[in-house]
Amino acid sequence: MSDAPLTIAVPRGALFKGTLELLDAIGIDTAEVRANDRRLVFPELGIVTMRPSDVPTYVEAGAADVGITGKDVLTEQDERKIVEVLDLGYGGCRMVLATIETPPGRPDPASEALRRLGVMRVATKYPRICSRYFERTGRQAEIVEVKGSVELAPVTGLVEAIVDLTATGRTLQENGLVVREEIMSSTARLIANPVSYKLKAAAIDDLTAKMRAAREVVA
Amino acid sequence: MIHPTPSGTRDVLPDEMRELRAITDALRATFEARGYGEIRTPTIEFEDVLRRGETGVDPAYRVFDDHGHVMALRPDMTVPIARVAATRYANAEPPLRFSYTAHVYRGVRPHRGQMREFLQSGIELIGSPAPDGTIEVLTVLCEALDATGLSGYRIALGSASLYPALLRRLGVPEEVGRILLGALGDGDFVSLEREVTERGLDESLLSVPQMRGGPEVLEEIAGSEADGLRRVIAGLDDAVRDRVVLDLGLARGLGYYTGAVFDVLSPTLGEPLGGGGRYDDLLGRFGRPLPAAGFALHVDKLHLALAGVRA
Repeated sequence: MSDAPLTIAVPRGALFKGTLELLDAIGIDTAEVRANDRRLVFPELGIVTMRPSDVPTYVEAGAADVGITGKDVLTEQDERKIVEVLDLGYGGCRMVLATIETPPGRPDPASEALRRLGVMRVATKYPRICSRYFERTGRQAEIVEVKGSVELAPVTGLVEAIVDLTATGRTLQENGLVVREEIMSSTARLIANPVSYKLKAAAIDDLTAKMRAAREVVA
Repeated sequence: MIHPTPSGTRDVLPDEMRELRAITDALRATFEARGYGEIRTPTIEFEDVLRRGETGVDPAYRVFDDHGHVMALRPDMTVPIARVAATRYANAEPPLRFSYTAHVYRGVRPHRGQMREFLQSGIELIGSPAPDGTIEVLTVLCEALDATGLSGYRIALGSASLYPALLRRLGVPEEVGRILLGALGDGDFVSLEREVTERGLDESLLSVPQMRGGPEVLEEIAGSEADGLRRVIAGLDDAVRDRVVLDLGLARGLGYYTGAVFDVLSPTLGEPLGGGGRYDDLLGRFGRPLPAAGFALHVDKLHLALAGVRA
């Protein structure tokens, strides 16, 4: 059995802070990671840092043995062959359908488009979650994939609605958007490469047990 | 000018071909020496023959013949060989031993390492029940991998019947069992934990499929569900047993497995480079009920593992 240390894919972005706190809590000193904004690889800690949406790619290929990313990312990339090991509890947020706030008595622009035009245009960074949601709810949608700030799309008239992630709802509110429907909720997950999960079973089980014990502290 | 090949297909040029040929020659020589004669079947079969296998891997590419019958490219070699055994060897005395090195076709979304056309090399042992048949197949598998020069590989061994037997023993309703098996098949232990906890089910439904390691993990199984695996482990030669890592949560994608299932793992590759198991019900669907077992190696992935490239 391989006793090589684990390589952990750590997400930068919204889950970065919670992940580093969790790693600190299980005895991996992440001071170096916090101090280096540009360095991506920390071999002495067994840590590689990347965008949350890249974590499943590296873990699926075995370039990292385990990784941490959001359930939203895993749902969007559900064809990835990875093992979802543990719900880490932090990084809580909701995937919502939001549209421009209308005065009382005026219909929601997305429902209005659906009624009159037969289709609503929806901007999102999560095209697969979005299209599956509209299929499931029996509505026709034209999905517009954007890479940057999704809130811009309905404000400029590109679309009538957005499907996006929100933690506090502040960004939506500041852009005059209001949550109409909740699609799913998401938290950070520990995932593992299926081969590492077997060949490095003891190390992964040990890490999982430590994270399970520490997650209450972080959350 | 650009003349692309269809997505998920590729050319093999002489340098690579020489290396692939060395691998398949080593595999073929092992299979032949063990009495597994090589056979060839049509790349294209009638779709209802392929579907009769109920493998869960449906053919993806179909055409019509001049009578309007639907034909399809084979998604694996196990079903065509089951057809051969049931028709061409209908009265032959079992066990029957066959090997193959052939291209198969799947309707995957091509990304890294996922091809729509790929080369499989493997064996089928028909008419030899568990545990002896399983032991023979695992033994030939290790011999074949050794012959290619691959080192450091492991066989992750589990059982397709273990978790269903556990569900039955604990009296879990069938529809709940299906939910748990679905989560297990997805490798989603978060959902599995939630279902087991929220429904107040026995904790072993969560802990057993997470058991991985040496033969000692079987000692933690209270019931008789693991007896099949115990008998296989007991019958293996030391050299083969040393290669085996038990994985009681192993669920292979193909639906026809009935007993032992296994994946071939290499520390240099992030995904299995082959696998197999027992399918005691498959031959019966073609009218010749016989227990069977076999494996298929993904030749390109074996090549990657040999090259020591992390795929």
